[in-house]
Amino acid sequence: MTNLPLKKNISRHPAFWINTIALVLLAVVPPVLFISGQPFWLDVFTRLVILALAATALNLILGFGGLVSFGHAAYLGLGAYAVGIPVYHSLYGGMDSIASFNGFLHIGLAVGISALFALLTGAISLRTRGVNFIMITMAFGQMIFYAIVALENYGGDDGLTIDVRSEFPLISLDNPLTLYTVCYLSLLLVLLIVYRITRSRFGLTLQGARSNEQRMRSLGINCYRYQLIAFVISGAICGYAGFLLGNFTTFISPEMMDWTRSGELMFMVILGGAAFLLGPVFGAAVFILLEQLLREVTIHWHLPFGILLILSVLFFNGGLAGAVSRLRSFKNQ
Amino acid sequence: MDTSLLFIQLLNGMQLGILLFLLSAGLTLTFGIMDFVNLSHGSLYMLGAFICASLTQLTGSFILAALLAIPLTALCGLIIELVVVRQLYSRHHLDHVLATFGLILCLDTLAEMIWGPAGIAIPLPAFLNGQVEVFSGVVIPTFRLLIITVGLTAAAGLYLLVNHTKIGMLIRAGASNRTMVGALGVDIKTLFTGVFALGAGLAGLAGLLVAPIAEASIGMGNEIIITTFVVIIIGGIGSMKGAFIAALLIGLIDTLGRSYLDDLFKLIMSSEAAETAAPAISAMLIYLLMAVILAIRPQGLFPAASR
Amino acid sequence: MNSSQQTILDVTDLCKRFGGVFATDHVNLSVLQGEVHALIGPNGAGKTTLISQLSGVLKPDSGKIVFNGKNMAGKPAHSFARAGLARSFQITSVFTEMTLLQNVALAVQANAGHAFSFWRDATTDNSLLEPAYEYLQTTGIAASANKPAAKVSHGERRQLEVAMALATEPSLLLLDEPMAGMGPEESGLMIEILQNLSGSKTILLIEHDMDAVFALADRISVLVYGKLIATGNKQEIQANPDVKSAYLGEDTDA
Repeated sequence: MTNLPLKKNISRHPAFWINTIALVLLAVVPPVLFISGQPFWLDVFTRLVILALAATALNLILGFGGLVSFGHAAYLGLGAYAVGIPVYHSLYGGMDSIASFNGFLHIGLAVGISALFALLTGAISLRTRGVNFIMITMAFGQMIFYAIVALENYGGDDGLTIDVRSEFPLISLDNPLTLYTVCYLSLLLVLLIVYRITRSRFGLTLQGARSNEQRMRSLGINCYRYQLIAFVISGAICGYAGFLLGNFTTFISPEMMDWTRSGELMFMVILGGAAFLLGPVFGAAVFILLEQLLREVTIHWHLPFGILLILSVLFFNGGLAGAVSRLRSFKNQ
Repeated sequence: MDTSLLFIQLLNGMQLGILLFLLSAGLTLTFGIMDFVNLSHGSLYMLGAFICASLTQLTGSFILAALLAIPLTALCGLIIELVVVRQLYSRHHLDHVLATFGLILCLDTLAEMIWGPAGIAIPLPAFLNGQVEVFSGVVIPTFRLLIITVGLTAAAGLYLLVNHTKIGMLIRAGASNRTMVGALGVDIKTLFTGVFALGAGLAGLAGLLVAPIAEASIGMGNEIIITTFVVIIIGGIGSMKGAFIAALLIGLIDTLGRSYLDDLFKLIMSSEAAETAAPAISAMLIYLLMAVILAIRPQGLFPAASR
Repeated sequence: MNSSQQTILDVTDLCKRFGGVFATDHVNLSVLQGEVHALIGPNGAGKTTLISQLSGVLKPDSGKIVFNGKNMAGKPAHSFARAGLARSFQITSVFTEMTLLQNVALAVQANAGHAFSFWRDATTDNSLLEPAYEYLQTTGIAASANKPAAKVSHGERRQLEVAMALATEPSLLLLDEPMAGMGPEESGLMIEILQNLSGSKTILLIEHDMDAVFALADRISVLVYGKLIATGNKQEIQANPDVKSAYLGEDTDA
C-alpha cells in the first residue's frame, strides 16, 4: 500500500492565506492604532478578540459538534465572577480561602467552575436533542444569571466593580497593550487547540456524530460521552474568555450573561460560518465593527442590526464562509 | 404559618401559572404544528402590554383597550408570520432561533422608539382596583381574581377549540403528522398563519393582563420567555395538557419558593446563611426542578406522541 | 452446510408489538459461523423491524438475541457494534460531507476502541488511512477515495456502506438490502463483491432481489407477517408449499 491518495499542502488553499492575513492584521493594527493615539480602538479590538475567543469555543460544539448551545454567555459570566469575587474578598475580607489577587488562581477558578457547570448541565442537556437542547441550555444559562442577581453581597443586579486586576509575575494587565497581547495570544492558543482537536480522533468522532449520529452508533460509538467532553472543553475555554473579559471591563454584572448575550455569541459563530476554524473570528469582527458603526449613526442601532440579522439568515445561509464558497462554485460553473 | 398569607401566596402562584400558560400555549402550538421555535414570542407579550396601555390612554377605558389589544397583537403576529416566519419553516431550528432573535432586537427597539424607554403604567377602572374579601380575613385584589378567571376561561376555550372543533382536529393532526394534513388538501399555509396569530393573541392577552400590575416595559418579554421555555420543556414540547400542568406547577413553586424558602432554610442552617442562600436558591428553583424532571424524563412530563 | 458449524447468532422467541399488532411474532432464527444467511419476505413482513432489533436500534418486547454467547436483547446500538455485529442501512446512511476515505477511516477508528485522543492528527494517520483504503479496494470504490460521499453515485454509496461495515471487523455482517435502488449492472457488481466476502465473513443478508439471494445464500429464512415460516437451503425453500403460497406465489420481486 503505497499510493495512498491524500490531499496535502494546505498552504495552497486560499482560506489559509485569508486566515493568515486576518490574524496578522489583528496582531498589528490595534497596537498601531493605540500607539498613534487611538486608545478607543484598542478597546474595541480587545473586546473583539475576547468575544472571538469565546465564539471559537462555542464553535467547537456548535459548528463541529452540531450542538446548538444557547447558554454560553453563562460561562463568560462565571469566568468574570471568578475574578471579581476573589478580588472583592481580598479587599473587603471574608472567604479567606479564595481571597486573592493571584491571576493563576483566577484562571483556575474560571476554567474549573465553568468546566464543572458544563459537566453538570451538559450531562442532562445532552440526553435531549434539537429544540429541547436549545431551550434547556438556554434555561440553565439563565439559571446562573438569576443566581448571580440574587447574590446581593456581590452587587446583585447592580454588578460588581473589579478594583484590582488579576496579578501575574512580570506582566501587568493594567497596561492596555499588555492586556491586548495576552488576549491575542490566548486567541491564537485556543485556535490551535480547536484546530488540533478537530483533526484528532476525538474531533473526527465528534464531527461524525454531528453528521450522522445513528451511523456512529452502528459503528460502535457511544456519542454521548464524546459530546459531553466537547461540551466541557467548550465551557472551560469560554470560562477562560470570561476571565479575560472581567479583567478587561473591570466592571461585571449579571447582564453580561443574559441569554441575549448567548444569542449574540451564537450569531457570531453562524455569521462567520460554523465548522470553519476562523469563522467565529470573522463573525466576531463583523459583529463588533458593525455594532460600533451603527452606534455612531443612531441610538436605536438594534433596529438595523436586527434587520440585518434576519436578512442574513434569510438570504445568507452558511455565513461568510458559505457565501464565499458559493461564490467560488458559482465562478467555477 | 399564617394560613391566610399562604392562601394569598397560592393565589399569586396560580396567577403566575395562568400567565405562563397563556404564553406557553401559543409557543407549544407553534412548535407542535409548525416545528418552529419562536424566541420572539415574548416580544408579542410586550406588544400586547404596550398596545393596551396606549389604547387605555386613548379611549379612557381599560376594558375596551384590552378587547382591542388582543386582535391587534394577533395582527402583529400575522404580519410577522407573513413577512419573516413563513420563509423559515423548512429551515433548520438554528435558523429559526437566529431570525427570531433578530426579530426581538427589532421589536424591542421599535417599541422603544414608539413608547420611549420608560415603562407605561395602566390605570385600572375603580371596579377592578378594589379588593375582595374571599372569606373572613383573606382579602385579595379584584384584578388578580380577574386574571385568574380570564386565564382559566381562555384555557377552557383553547381546550374546546383544540378538542371539539374541525380546526382543532386539524391542529391535532398537524401536530402528529404534518405531511398527512397537507395531503388531505387542507390549506396548510393558512392554518399555520392562523395558529401563529392565535398564539400571538394569547401572548398579547398575557401581556395586557400583567401591565396594570407591573406596567408595560421594554424587555419584559425577554425575562418571561425563558420561564415559558422551562414550562414547555417540563410539560413536554407540543403538549397542551403538559403546558397547562407545568405552568401551574412552575407558577406555584416559584412563588412559594420565594416566600417560604428562607423560613425552610432557617430550620437547617443559621439564619444569616439562610438569608444569603435562600434568594439564590429560590431564583434557581424552577431550573433545578427542570433539571430533575429532565434527568428522569428527557422528553418532559407529557411528551407529544411523535417526538 | 456442515452441522459442526458453530451458531454465532441465536434468536429465540423474539417479539415486538406495535399497538396490538405483532411486527415480530415469536421469531426463532440462528446464523451459523461462516454462512451467508438470507432473510426474505414480502413487503410489510417485518424485516426492517427485525433487523432493527438485531442491531439494537429497537428494543424487543421479549425474547433473546444471543450473539457470540451473550444475550444482547435490550442493549443500545453501540454495544451491538462493539460486540462485533456490524450493519449496513437500507436507506444509505453515510457521512455525506466527508470523503469516502474519511468515511471508512472513521469506521476503522471506531473499531480501534475509544477515540479519546485530542491532539494527534488523525486525518493523516496512516494506521487509519491504509486499512481504510484497503476496504475501499475490497468493495471496488478506491478510485473515488477522495470524493465526498455526497458527490458519488448511488451505487458507490451502497458499496461504501459495505466498506464501512467491514471496517469494524465484525464477526457478523448484517446487510439491509445492499442492492436497494440499484440498476442491474450495479447489482451485479455488488453480488460479485459479496461473493468475494462470502468465504471469510458470516453474513445475514436482507434482500428483495431473488437472483442475488439465490446466488449468494447458503440458507434462506422466510418472514411473513412477522412470523418466520421456513428456513432451509435454496431447494428446500423453493419446494416449500407454505413459502410458495405466502410469498413466491405472489409477485417474486415483492
